[in-house]
Amino acid sequence: MCHPPLPASILVVLSPAIIIPAILNGLLTGAVYALVALGLTLVYGVLHIINFAHGALLTAAMFAAFFAYQFGIDPYVAIFLLAPAFFAFGYALQRVVIGPAAHGDDRNMLLITLGIAVIIENALLYTFRADTRTIDVPYAFKSIDFGFTFLAVPRLVGFAAVFAVALVLWLIMTFTDTGKAIRAVAKEKLGAELAGIDVAHIYAVTFGLGTACVAIAACLLIPTYYVNPSAGNAFVLVAFTIVVLGGMGSVPGALIGGLVIGVVESLSSLFLGDSLGQVGIFLIFIVVLLVRPSGLFGARA
Amino acid sequence: MKAFAPIVLVVALFAAVPLVVHSNVILNFLVVALMIALAGQGWNVLGGYGGQYSFGHAAFFGTGAYVTAILQVRYGVNAWVGFATGIAAGALVGAVIGALTFRSGLRGSYFALVTLAFAEVLRISASVAPITGAGVGTLIKLDLRAQAFQFQSRATFYWISLALVALSLLIAKLIERSRFGVWLVAVRENEDAAQALGVDVATVKSAAMVISGAITAAAGCFYAQYFLFVDSGIAYGTWISIEVLLTPIIGGVGTVFGPLFGAMVVKALGEGAQLVTGDAPGLDLVVYGAVLILVIAFMPRGLIGGLAQARQRLMRRPAVEVHHG
Repeated sequence: MCHPPLPASILVVLSPAIIIPAILNGLLTGAVYALVALGLTLVYGVLHIINFAHGALLTAAMFAAFFAYQFGIDPYVAIFLLAPAFFAFGYALQRVVIGPAAHGDDRNMLLITLGIAVIIENALLYTFRADTRTIDVPYAFKSIDFGFTFLAVPRLVGFAAVFAVALVLWLIMTFTDTGKAIRAVAKEKLGAELAGIDVAHIYAVTFGLGTACVAIAACLLIPTYYVNPSAGNAFVLVAFTIVVLGGMGSVPGALIGGLVIGVVESLSSLFLGDSLGQVGIFLIFIVVLLVRPSGLFGARA
Repeated sequence: MKAFAPIVLVVALFAAVPLVVHSNVILNFLVVALMIALAGQGWNVLGGYGGQYSFGHAAFFGTGAYVTAILQVRYGVNAWVGFATGIAAGALVGAVIGALTFRSGLRGSYFALVTLAFAEVLRISASVAPITGAGVGTLIKLDLRAQAFQFQSRATFYWISLALVALSLLIAKLIERSRFGVWLVAVRENEDAAQALGVDVATVKSAAMVISGAITAAAGCFYAQYFLFVDSGIAYGTWISIEVLLTPIIGGVGTVFGPLFGAMVVKALGEGAQLVTGDAPGLDLVVYGAVLILVIAFMPRGLIGGLAQARQRLMRRPAVEVHHG
């Protein structure tokens, strides 16, 4: 690992024929990261807490998508079942467990989401053991020839789907009463409450939307990825970085941050190898937190 | 002196256990529980008294464990010196993380995230760096002599872990009674108000982090000597970070005995769950998570607070009845 770098190998790695596909693949991966981060940033923007259960919820959704496929439901079709189901699950979690148990203290909320993560992850471990499972869809290895490079079909579908989800979210936030209420609570909780908005309901809706985001992300990931009881964690640690980079609570920040991190990861594992590529992400994370905690797009610190 | 009487009593009771109990299984259980209680007391100093909830205390635990192990294995340093250096290294890591995060004014979710990130960076680095033995880990050679900090008898290890816990109880009590402790609690209750009253918030929090890091690192050093093996997944693992915050919160956050009580309860519950399920992993941790949520929901001051409340209610009841009568 510590051999001196050879000039020839650097030239090979630096050639556009390798770098451009690496960047494009990074963008495609980054889109799914962005979707996971979107759920996280949505919850942060309104509830002002980091949802530590996000990764476990993603894992649970991946298991759900896996078993849906065993019943013959294609992952892309499963989106339309799992997104509403996980919305309801997230809504209930916040309304029945997190909200009442936290007594209005942010620190308690953090701990409760952590407790939920521990429960979900280990209930999955207990039920399904640590085995890694994959599904075998016919289009898993299909790719499209763009002349200068090949791109995998499932990843292109994922990329498009993420932007569709972002559009739908934007429409909800801008044009529906619930969306307006969510934005009102995010800006000024007390004022919104005085104006007659049911804050507990809005909190739960937001948590539900965040959970629906991971359900969709799970359906997009499962055709090319594997699932085991800790599969979601890797994505969420990356999503933390994205949310911090993009500014906690900022939706465009999460989208752009996701794409940036996807490319950074792809390039740094090209140059540094897989495990050090991860360290690169965390270093970005710490530096951004220390130097500019409000992120690149966030207004507040 | 009266304030320290409960500590003396509890430690004396614990110290008598090996005189009565000779089962290695039970002693092993107690040693591990005491080690977690020690690590949890470290978290409690910063999180319980100072209100700064760290989600990455594995950074200290792992540093203590690795420094102790590496100094012995690679540099032939005496185990006791390695132990002391490990604690100092934990304090140093605390100073660095504290200086970086508190100077930038990070709190709440941000603080939770940045501590988690530090622990992860250390974990990943330790899993690839040659000096830590990378993915293989570091094995300390078996050498059952007191000068190598290794003992044939479980009871000796038990008393050493108890002595460390006793020391940590004493430190918590001293902090509670000091001016520094009052500042720390003021920061927890309302940081802006504390600042307005002239408390140097960043310095108080950083100092708490140094003490916290040293105590949790001591548990890591003990881990290395007791199990004679350190690897990145254990020492810097997420699970250590979670267990270390679980124990004080379940026992009683911001109380002297909270971590000790919590560690005993949590570990007993875990063993109980494992007895029920046999070898299947996971269910014990499900129980931990459920207990965590239930305690936060119904006993915000932990089991110690809950018990005190129950006792008060029992003692008050006759008076209420007389009043009604």
